[in-house]
Formats: sequence, structure tokens, C-alpha cells
Amino acid sequence: MASTLVKDGAAAAPVADKASAPASASSYAARIDHVSKSFGRPGSARQLVLDDISIDVAPGEFVTLLGASGCGKSTLLNLVAGLDKPSAGTIDVPGGRPALMFQEHALFPWLTAGKNIELALKLRGVAKSDRKPEAERLLELVRLKGAYGKRVHELSGGMRQRVALARALAQDSQLLLMDEPFAALDAITRDVLHEELTRIWAQTSVSVLFVTHNVREAVRLAQRVVLLSSRPGRVAREWAIDLPQPRRIEDAAVADLSVEITEQLRGEIRRHGQH
Amino acid sequence: MASTETTPAVGGTGADPAAGDTEAPAAAGGTKTPPAAEATEAAGNTAEATGDAGDAAEGSVRTAKKPSTAESLAGLEAGLDALDTAPARERVGLGRIALSKLVPPLIAVALVLTVWQLAAASDLKPDYVLPGPLDVWKAVETMWLDGTLLGYIWTSISRGALGFLVSVAIGTPLGLLVARVKVVRAAIGPILSGLQSLPSVAWVPAAIIWFGLTDATIYAVVLLGAVPSIANGLVSGVDQIPPLYLRAGRTLGARGLDSVRHVLLPAALPGYLAGLKQGWAFSWRSLMAAELIANSPDLGTGLGQLMENFRVNSDMSGVLATIILILIVGIGIDLLFFSPLERRVLRSRGLLVRS
Repeated sequence: MASTLVKDGAAAAPVADKASAPASASSYAARIDHVSKSFGRPGSARQLVLDDISIDVAPGEFVTLLGASGCGKSTLLNLVAGLDKPSAGTIDVPGGRPALMFQEHALFPWLTAGKNIELALKLRGVAKSDRKPEAERLLELVRLKGAYGKRVHELSGGMRQRVALARALAQDSQLLLMDEPFAALDAITRDVLHEELTRIWAQTSVSVLFVTHNVREAVRLAQRVVLLSSRPGRVAREWAIDLPQPRRIEDAAVADLSVEITEQLRGEIRRHGQH
Repeated sequence: MASTETTPAVGGTGADPAAGDTEAPAAAGGTKTPPAAEATEAAGNTAEATGDAGDAAEGSVRTAKKPSTAESLAGLEAGLDALDTAPARERVGLGRIALSKLVPPLIAVALVLTVWQLAAASDLKPDYVLPGPLDVWKAVETMWLDGTLLGYIWTSISRGALGFLVSVAIGTPLGLLVARVKVVRAAIGPILSGLQSLPSVAWVPAAIIWFGLTDATIYAVVLLGAVPSIANGLVSGVDQIPPLYLRAGRTLGARGLDSVRHVLLPAALPGYLAGLKQGWAFSWRSLMAAELIANSPDLGTGLGQLMENFRVNSDMSGVLATIILILIVGIGIDLLFFSPLERRVLRSRGLLVRS
């Protein structure tokens, strides 16, 4: 219990424990290598959305992708998730298909919370008899022990996102992609979910690639913040966040760094108004 | 000033894991019994705690000083969950449901019967053109006493049900094909929705020429009426699936048949059910059209044939009685079967607001 709060540094330990897993053989959980993406037909005016992006996510690392609208951060996440193909460059996710969490909970309304998680387990190939206990364990991990039989519409926004997190974890992927998963929540709930996510990340060996446009959220959560410029999206700058976890969004250190990053982000946005 | 201290050193994270391994137990130990001295010392340190020595102490400080320990976070979360979850609705008593759902239609029916009775009694038209409700009731009673009434009804219902089931068996895969295969949709999608506006009675002459006065004629007309509406219901059900569900299904690893079974079909169920409901209505209508026209002693007597026989005998009471029976069967099957099913599905998904 208390040990879960000891995070920095200890993060690497669970990964090492899983040395038998094939994914740990790699030095990265995801490698985005000189990836570009443009939309539109070849020949006609193609719109370049992502331009030569290279990012490595280390095993067990928590990286946030930060950028204004139009920086292609969701596009990049879709590419990593395998939902779309890059126009150039390669993406390597050695741990197999990554789990993906959306801004909307994307839970299936025809299933209960527990059955949503069990479907993920079933599609992963977990034996039938093991599914229910595993789903209950995951619900307990997100502190929704009693929600197994609840329908999605009976849960609050925060609870839905926690079930969605449990379902994503049910995929037992080495990499968890999160596409602004808390953007639609009220500030109090979001704050609590930040703590939950930090706690769960500490308990598991999962690597996280978290997309947001919220600078403080990025600093609050990540070990590393990658700032993308807009149109086309390029890696503008990176910050390693050395602050101990668990942090609070209102911590002075978080605020100070947020100010610095926000300045940089505004600079990137301003460039677009100049021509 | 603080910013210079907290501005991250890029090398920091790289060096930490090794250090963390050895220091974690110490920090955990500190958590169990946080020594006051260490806590205060570390509290003083936090501002400039960048040295290695500060790390272990800081671990304990975090747990000791920060209000959000595991328990308080759990408590906070439980509170939020409770606040955010809508309180359970008071269950409405059966009596009140009956009162609000049954009384208005009963009053409406009573009103219609009263107007009808008044019109019949005022002798605007002779009785053989406009019989009163009581005459019609007598016609029904006579059939009941003859023991023939249920037979007529059963003949029609069994034809309708069989035709409907076959229509479901054909319309469902057809709808899936149209919904999911672009070429098929381009080829027969417009025809399929166009067929819905073709009155199925228009098929009767053709069916009689093809199949003669047989059951095949009746079933052909029922199928031609019901299959398009069932298929179209499924198509619109699939079209209305939020793309997010399909994406979520794909990220969970649902491919091919798995995707159809676990995501596509359940997601399309509300639209599909609406299509089935309409399909039943079309089956029943088409059946009556076919029975009215395809009338021969070789065919069993259903409600349509019964009505035609009454017409031949200029028995208006009988004709009206049959119309009412057809209406009652159509409404009854919908109320007993399709509506509860549809309500159940919608309610379980939170798509039905209890008024």
C-alpha cells in the first residue's frame, strides 16, 4: 500500500521483474522513428500533419505529448495504436498491440462494467473461468469494487473513465496510449483521476504515452513532456520532469515548469499568426 | 528562484532507477512509522532537496505531509462517486402505472364506441351499411360460439409468424451485407429502400401468376413486404453505430467475425429491433393483402379470407368484426412481444428516459 507511493526510480523495478516477457528485451516500449503523416491524395495538395517525428518511450516510462490544436497529437497516437499507417518512417511497439483510452469512455453500453472488461480479456485470449476474477481484480485496482454489475449509464463520468482504464489494463499491454482521457471531466474529478493514474502506473509496469493540450496536466503526470509544434507537427522541445511523484497540480514546482512550457507553447502558436 | 531548483536536470531520471532500488525499502520503512524528526528535517529540505541524501527522506515526507494518502484518496473518490451517481429512482407502483397507461386508451376507445353507437342509432345509414358496435360484437360472439374464431386467427398468426421468421432469416444477412460491403450497398441499397415504399399488395397479382392460389403465393407476398424493412432496419442500425465503438473494438483486438459478434451486432441492436418491429407490421399487412385476394377453398381460412367471405355475403357486421380482429392481433403482438423487448434493450443502455 504505502510502497506504491514510492515512485521515482522504483518505476524501473517492476519492468525488470518481467524480464521473461518478450517486450522487456527491447530498450523501448515504443519507438517512433522519423514518422511523417500527410492526408489527401498523392499529387494534389497534400496536407502534412506530422513531420519527421522521432520519440522513444522507455519501458515503464510516462511521456506526455503536448501541443495546441492541429499539432497532430491524436493522429500520432492513432499511428502508434495501429489504427492508421504513417506516410513515412516506422513505428515499432515490441510489446504487441497497445491499449488505447479515448477522451470519451468508449465503453460498450450493452455490457455491464464488468463484462466490458471481460470482453477485453476474452479478445486477449484469457480462459473463460479466469475472466471474472481478473475483471474483479482490475475493478478493485481502479477502486470500483462494487461496479461489476453496473451499466455504463449508471456510472458517473469519472467512474466511466476508471472502468475504461481498467478495460485498457485488461489488454495487458506494455504500452498504454491515452488520448486526452480526462479532458471532458470536471476539475475535481480530473484531479482525483490524476492521482489514480499515477498510483496505478506505479503499481504496474506499463509505459504511458499521454496526449493532452493541458500543460499543467502534462507536467503533473509525466516523467517527460514532449512539446509538438503545429501544422505540421514536429517535436519542438522536450523536458524531463524530475519532480517526485505523487505530485499535485497546484504544486509550486509544477506551476513553475508549466509557466516555462506554456511560454514555449504560446511561442509555437504565435508563429502561426505571423503568416 | 524556485524555478532554477526545480528545472529538471535531464540526467536525473536516467540515474534514478538504480538509486531507487536501494532506497525504496528505506522509504517504505519510513512510511510505516514516520519519525517526526525526519519529517521536519525533510520538510525543510524540500525546497532544495536535490541531493541524493534527500531522496529517501523525501519519500517519507511525501506520504507523511501530503494529505492524499491512499486512504484519503479512496475516501475522496468514494465521495465523488456517490455525489456523481444519480440517486435511485423511486419505484412507481403497478397500480399507478396501470392508471397512467391503461386509462387514457380505454377512455379513447370508449369515446369512439360511443360516437359509433350514436351514429348507428341515429339511422343516418341503413343497418347493413353501418351496423352498431353491438351488431359487430354479436358477429364475433357467433364465430366464438361456432368454435371457428380461434381457428381463423391462428391460421393468420401462424402464417404471419412463419413468414416473419423466414423474413428475419433472409433480411438479417442481407442487411449485414448491404451495411458492410460497399459494392453491395451501391448495387442494391437504393433498391432495398425503394422496395419499402412499394405497397406489398402490388406483388399479389404477380405472385398468383407465379404460384397459383397456394400458400407459396401468400408467403412470397409476406417475404417481399417484410424482408426489405428488416434489412433496412439493420442497415440503419449499423450506420448509426458511433464510430468510436468500432475503433474501441479494434483496439481491443476484435477482428472479423469477433468484431461483428461482439461489437457490430450488439451496437446495431436498437436499430435492428426497430426494423424487426416494422418487419412484423409489414408481414402482417402483406399477409392480409395476400389473404384478401388469394382466396380459395384449398387455402386455409385466415382473417383476410374470412373478411372477403363476409363481403361476398354483404355482411357488414362481419367485415367490421374482422377488421377489428386484425387490428387487435397486430397491436397485440407488438405490445406483447416487440415493445417490451425494445424497451428492455433501450433501458439497459440508458437510452430510454422514464417519463
